[in-house]
Amino acid sequence: MGIFRRMWALGRRSKLDREIDEELREHMRLRVDADVAKGMTPDEAIRRARLRFGNPTVVKERVDAEDAALGFESFFRDARYAVRGFVKSPGFTIVAVLTLALGIGANTAVFQILDAVRLRSLPIQNPQDLAELRIVGGNKGFGVNDSPFANFTIPMWQEVRRHHDPFSDVMAWRSNGVLVGKLTDAKHVNGLEVSGNFFNVLGVAPWQGRLIEPQDEGSCEMSKVVASYSFWKSQMGGATITPNTTIILEGRTVQVLGVTPPGFFGMVVGDRFDLAFPTCTPPNVRREMFLFTVMGRLKPGWTMERASAYFGSLSPGLFENAMPTGYSADAVKIFKAYRLAAYPAGGGVSYLRDAYDSSLQLLLAITGLVLLIACANLANLMLARASARKREMAIRMALGASRRQLLRQLLIGSSLLALSGAMLGVLLAQPLSRLLVASLSTSQGSIQLSIVTDWRVLLFAAGVAVLTCIVFGTIPAMRGTSVDPISSLKSGERGVAGSRERFSVQRLLVVTQIAVSMVLLVGALLFVHSYRNLITASPGMREAGISGFYAGFSTMHIKQENEAAFKRQLVELVQSVHGVQNAAATTHVPMGGSSWGHGVHVGTQDGGSHFTYAGPGYFATMGIPLVRGRSFTAMDTTNAPHVLMVNQAFVRRYFGATDPIGQLVQVLPEPQYPARTYQIVGTVADTKYNGVREATTDPEAFVPIDQVPETAQGPFAAIMFASENGPATVAAVRSTIAARYPEMILQFFDFRQGIRDNLVGDRMMAMLSGFFGVLAALLVVVGLYGVLSYFIAQRRNEIGIRVALGANRGRVIGLVLRDTVWMLAIGVVVGTVLALVAGRAATTMLFGLKPYDAATLVFSILLLAVIAVLASLLPAFKASRLNPVDALRCE
Amino acid sequence: MAKNDLQGALDLLILKTLSQLGAMHGYGIAVHIEEVSDALLTVEEGSLYPALHRMEQSGWLRAEWAVTESSRKAKFYSLTAAGKKQLAAREKNWEQVVKGVQAILRFA
Repeated sequence: MGIFRRMWALGRRSKLDREIDEELREHMRLRVDADVAKGMTPDEAIRRARLRFGNPTVVKERVDAEDAALGFESFFRDARYAVRGFVKSPGFTIVAVLTLALGIGANTAVFQILDAVRLRSLPIQNPQDLAELRIVGGNKGFGVNDSPFANFTIPMWQEVRRHHDPFSDVMAWRSNGVLVGKLTDAKHVNGLEVSGNFFNVLGVAPWQGRLIEPQDEGSCEMSKVVASYSFWKSQMGGATITPNTTIILEGRTVQVLGVTPPGFFGMVVGDRFDLAFPTCTPPNVRREMFLFTVMGRLKPGWTMERASAYFGSLSPGLFENAMPTGYSADAVKIFKAYRLAAYPAGGGVSYLRDAYDSSLQLLLAITGLVLLIACANLANLMLARASARKREMAIRMALGASRRQLLRQLLIGSSLLALSGAMLGVLLAQPLSRLLVASLSTSQGSIQLSIVTDWRVLLFAAGVAVLTCIVFGTIPAMRGTSVDPISSLKSGERGVAGSRERFSVQRLLVVTQIAVSMVLLVGALLFVHSYRNLITASPGMREAGISGFYAGFSTMHIKQENEAAFKRQLVELVQSVHGVQNAAATTHVPMGGSSWGHGVHVGTQDGGSHFTYAGPGYFATMGIPLVRGRSFTAMDTTNAPHVLMVNQAFVRRYFGATDPIGQLVQVLPEPQYPARTYQIVGTVADTKYNGVREATTDPEAFVPIDQVPETAQGPFAAIMFASENGPATVAAVRSTIAARYPEMILQFFDFRQGIRDNLVGDRMMAMLSGFFGVLAALLVVVGLYGVLSYFIAQRRNEIGIRVALGANRGRVIGLVLRDTVWMLAIGVVVGTVLALVAGRAATTMLFGLKPYDAATLVFSILLLAVIAVLASLLPAFKASRLNPVDALRCE
Repeated sequence: MAKNDLQGALDLLILKTLSQLGAMHGYGIAVHIEEVSDALLTVEEGSLYPALHRMEQSGWLRAEWAVTESSRKAKFYSLTAAGKKQLAAREKNWEQVVKGVQAILRFA
């Protein structure tokens, strides 16, 4: 192909050039020869040929333009020219590229996280074929739920394992923490309990050794595990796996079969598993425990809809067979009405998706707006540059350059800026998104998210770069090239007053900046205010100086009937530590995320309530005021009459105006919790149950912890204690227990810190929106300052004349400020409307205030006004000090 | 009908000229078109050379430097196989265009 030959000829431009020149010259000569042969004088012939031929440069350029290689080269020439221009004004270039890099980087960073949390598929074979089975609408709190992803009980899983026509195979898994190392020095790691075919269904191949296979399922004695790559590297030194490789797990020596590949982090996006081990069916299955997530691989030809229809029709029989025993008739009815359906699961499951989805989208919008402001600033800078080059453009046009050529040159310049900004931005995005993820870490754990710059991220960054280029490059380029050569050359660098039209574009840009930054400022104030409301909101109980711990003592082999007594001893031990004011055991740590409830029958009413089993000192420890009646005492033991304390919400729900003291409450039966009748002995004030955001309080009932049915006892306890001098006392409690019971597994937490941990998302929104709000305000200052300075430079003569004619300083300053006030007024009006519209998107994320908070709006407007006036004062003073003689003479 | 049929007339003229003359330089092509059309058609240099270069790049023409009868050096263009195919297609197309245009003109 000719084109390749020409490409090859690239770099031999001078040769090609010469060739074309020569060809055209020969053409002229041939014509002259012919005319001379016809009898014309040579001079006459040359003149005629020239006239006919026209401007040789233009003809040559038209030939050049047809030449792909030369066209390509002229592209490079334009790029080189642009680079030279940028090198000559390094200040402008650095500001432009850095602004773009920060803007694009911030956008890419947020998108990168969205990509990792939401868009990316698991690193498995054909993720689009993976389907998860779930009960349509969830199980509505039936039974005991191990985690938000636990949708299957063991009997349900066994049923599906037998019947799954749409799937080539089906597997189950659950996250289940395990202890690694000797018990006295054990470490809690993320365990992944999997059915034998888990890795086969996913199509994950071993990195080393082998993975869990169907034959490994069986014994409930833990004997074989598979390590994740990161665990293998960090905890096992990355040593080669041999049949003799072992690890101590839950106090037993188990064999390590192999290692999963580096990319495979498990099934939960945002978590990383450490060890995977085969599941088993224990001898006494608790049929009401929802434990597993069940996933299958669709057979070719099956769709999610068809699979859902299949499992829907399978459901009645399945739930009939999987029915747990010991429930009331109503509960049975609910269970039997469940329907299974298949949902795409190629992206795994994630807590983050639900928790931070809307935050991330909002953040993306915020960073987008910041980028828009930055682009407006750049556009203004470019406009100023373009008008400085007006004369150059006019001369080039007069010499025969077409508008298209000039336009192309300017656009190549701005795309170069956008490209450099985007590349730097992509590099910046990595640390930025890591920072963002780190800001969501809590005292109890951090988010494990593999953030990679994949094709989606690159595509996004490229798209953003193109958009920014269009926004900041096009208008200045159009303006810059729409010059009328004659009037431009005549009027010189500065007119008496520039054309009004040009000014209006820059004004429009500033107004846009003010409006957009108003939206960002309002958003920032709302989120910061909301976060302050959240951290100052009272949970209805004491927060300061409250600590607690979870204790596990399965390794101590205490008989079930002695567990209650042992827990009492433990509380007494804590109480005896110096500095502990009060201590009590409880089955529910408020704001801790867990929840427990029973169905109740009160008088003629049926309903439900939260149930917490708490020790005698619980209300004193947590500072929950007693409203009526009495609190629990040490006398409320297993053999004493069953007593109950309820909160005010319970009273409102079931008694209204009736005195609740002495009333009876029947608890409906459940496995391990037989039907019982309690008598109410006291009422307490309402508290929050699981989060400060709770708008209403649910009924909650308290039972003495000694009266937990013996069948429901277990080798674990949660104990809360109050102390004056926090950390020292906590350390003392820890060492006291560790000294007495070295085999006990302990996990301490700070109550207030726990509450704060639940608010990291809000903290992130407050911090980031605040940061971007300030950034937006700064950009407005810079933009306004730049534009006003430029206007004043343009109007030097006019101002000089005014001063010469007797205008005083105040008048000149007023002239400049009038401009500002106009732009500010329009920007603020538009901004208010936009902020109100945008605020609706954030309604659900705000706490304790409305998105149309009048005080916030007024404050933002005032803030912007102060910023705008400050930004215009400097140029205004400069203008007022203008020496009229200098200004007029320089023309 | 292709979009640039009417504008493609110049290409057609050049291709046809080269098929009649064999190898020829730009000036010769321009002169030939003028003479054969009894000066009804004149070819502007500003259009002729861009067209020649475009067609050379498309692979329809081949170019070689050679010496003219008047012993001047010139770039001679000749048709390639692809060029001949292109000419046949364009000729057929042109007839259609002419028919179409005439039909429009006669319509009253």
